[in-house]
Amino acid sequence: MKSEYICTVCPNGCELSVEYEGETMISCTGNLCRRGFEYAKSMITDPMRSVTSSVLVEGGVMPLVSVRTSAPVSKKRMFDVVDVVKSMKVKAPVVMGQVLCENVLGLGADIIATRTVEAAEK
Amino acid sequence: MIKKIHRRAVVIGGGPAGLAAAIAIHDKGVEDVMILEREPRLGGILNQCIHDGFGLTRFGEALSGPEYAGRFIDLVNEKHIEYLTDCMVIGLTPEKVITAATREGLLEISADAVILSMGCRERPRGAMSIPGDRPSGVFTAGVAQAYINKQDLMIGKRAVILGSGDIGMIMARRLTLEGARVEAVFEILPYPSGLPRNIEQCLNDFGIPLYLSHTVTRINGRKRLESVTVSEVGPDMKPIPGTEKIWPCDTLILSVGLIPENELSLQAGVELDPVTRGPVTDENCQTSVPGIFACGNVLQVHDLVDFVSLEAESLAGPVKEYLDGGLPDCRIPVEAGNGVRYTVPRRISGGKDVTLSFRPSSPMREVCYEAFQDGRVVSRLRLKKAVPAVMVHMDIKASELRGEGPVKVVARIEE
Repeated sequence: MKSEYICTVCPNGCELSVEYEGETMISCTGNLCRRGFEYAKSMITDPMRSVTSSVLVEGGVMPLVSVRTSAPVSKKRMFDVVDVVKSMKVKAPVVMGQVLCENVLGLGADIIATRTVEAAEK
Repeated sequence: MIKKIHRRAVVIGGGPAGLAAAIAIHDKGVEDVMILEREPRLGGILNQCIHDGFGLTRFGEALSGPEYAGRFIDLVNEKHIEYLTDCMVIGLTPEKVITAATREGLLEISADAVILSMGCRERPRGAMSIPGDRPSGVFTAGVAQAYINKQDLMIGKRAVILGSGDIGMIMARRLTLEGARVEAVFEILPYPSGLPRNIEQCLNDFGIPLYLSHTVTRINGRKRLESVTVSEVGPDMKPIPGTEKIWPCDTLILSVGLIPENELSLQAGVELDPVTRGPVTDENCQTSVPGIFACGNVLQVHDLVDFVSLEAESLAGPVKEYLDGGLPDCRIPVEAGNGVRYTVPRRISGGKDVTLSFRPSSPMREVCYEAFQDGRVVSRLRLKKAVPAVMVHMDIKASELRGEGPVKVVARIEE
């Protein structure tokens, strides 16, 4: 089997030509670096993506804190991760990098805050 | 009463360009540097860009916008660099006198050097002459992004996106993840205007179709948007009669281009480039007005923030040199030839190595960019592919240049 992918790892957006059988990659061309090679492998087994969204904040100077997964998760589970994020609520203050949900859905990635939200003055 | 102060260097705009410029200028020993920011906090547009992919070049990891900005804001605080937020600059003279509206009233700052880093703004519906009604539900991509990511306001349930710019595609993904249905993205050009990776991860991942050579030709709906009419366009970019289709939707997102924000530059008499709509600059990022410099999206709209930071940092040395007595003349013009839309900078001195930035005028494969001076090749850059969405950087060595003849950059397709 042959497939063409655009690598999403970095802005180069390499055009990958991948030859594979089942879940075994036979060859990959078009990648400028090793990460493209790994990306191609994941595309024929279980494509991975980072998820970014926002979580509601109570008592903060802003109503939302932006979050992301600490590592890419299975593309198939993106909407499940977003559902978890939507159900969450945190109390200010929140600090950038703070883990808001550990090992979300057992996918091996945490949900971390990507900005600091100070508590609002009462 | 207007409060009057003096600073050696003033940076207008506290987004990625302004932050990087101020830090680098401070690092060169100019500690009397001040950032002016109109929003309540530093960070600029990055504050609403919560998606990741920032900083891969600079930090070797995929950060979100707020995290990328956070690294620079931390440095500003550590180095005690002075800044003022909620501060809207409303005037700038060629003599580098800045007038700003602040919470405490009007402020007049006379500066020895001014760094323009005001970023860009979005092309709105009014600039596009789409016929039809004027219902609610029509947003530019950045406004939609601010509503959803900063203010927790959902903007609609069923969206159509006009323009394949990066923010439009990123908003297609964001809306889908937030539970809205994104019907399609329409692009008037025969090729996408955003990065290939965003077509993959924002559209293909979610099965959102991208129609090239299509545009919205009518907006329908009295109070709220009800549908848009979409037509195919021909090679002349004009709608082809008879190809109209109605796409029901309650939301139309416009991602149809960014325009450098140069109202202040014009006030100061800074010459603008008709193609980039940013200031004409030399290799030092200095504009046509001595002592006024420009960097980031106010100079040229970038696709990657990493390059904004680099561009901003590159002007620190020249700013210091200017403050210490002056910069050498830049007499060699740089011109964009066949296949090249523009170049930044437009003037160089020949005294130091420079990196030119430019965009291809159309997608090309197996292309060789060549810079000529007096018929001699002074630099060559081969690329497997080049697209207008990706800025090209080309190095020119001072040792290759002779005299003050113009340097012209052209694209040549390799056989």
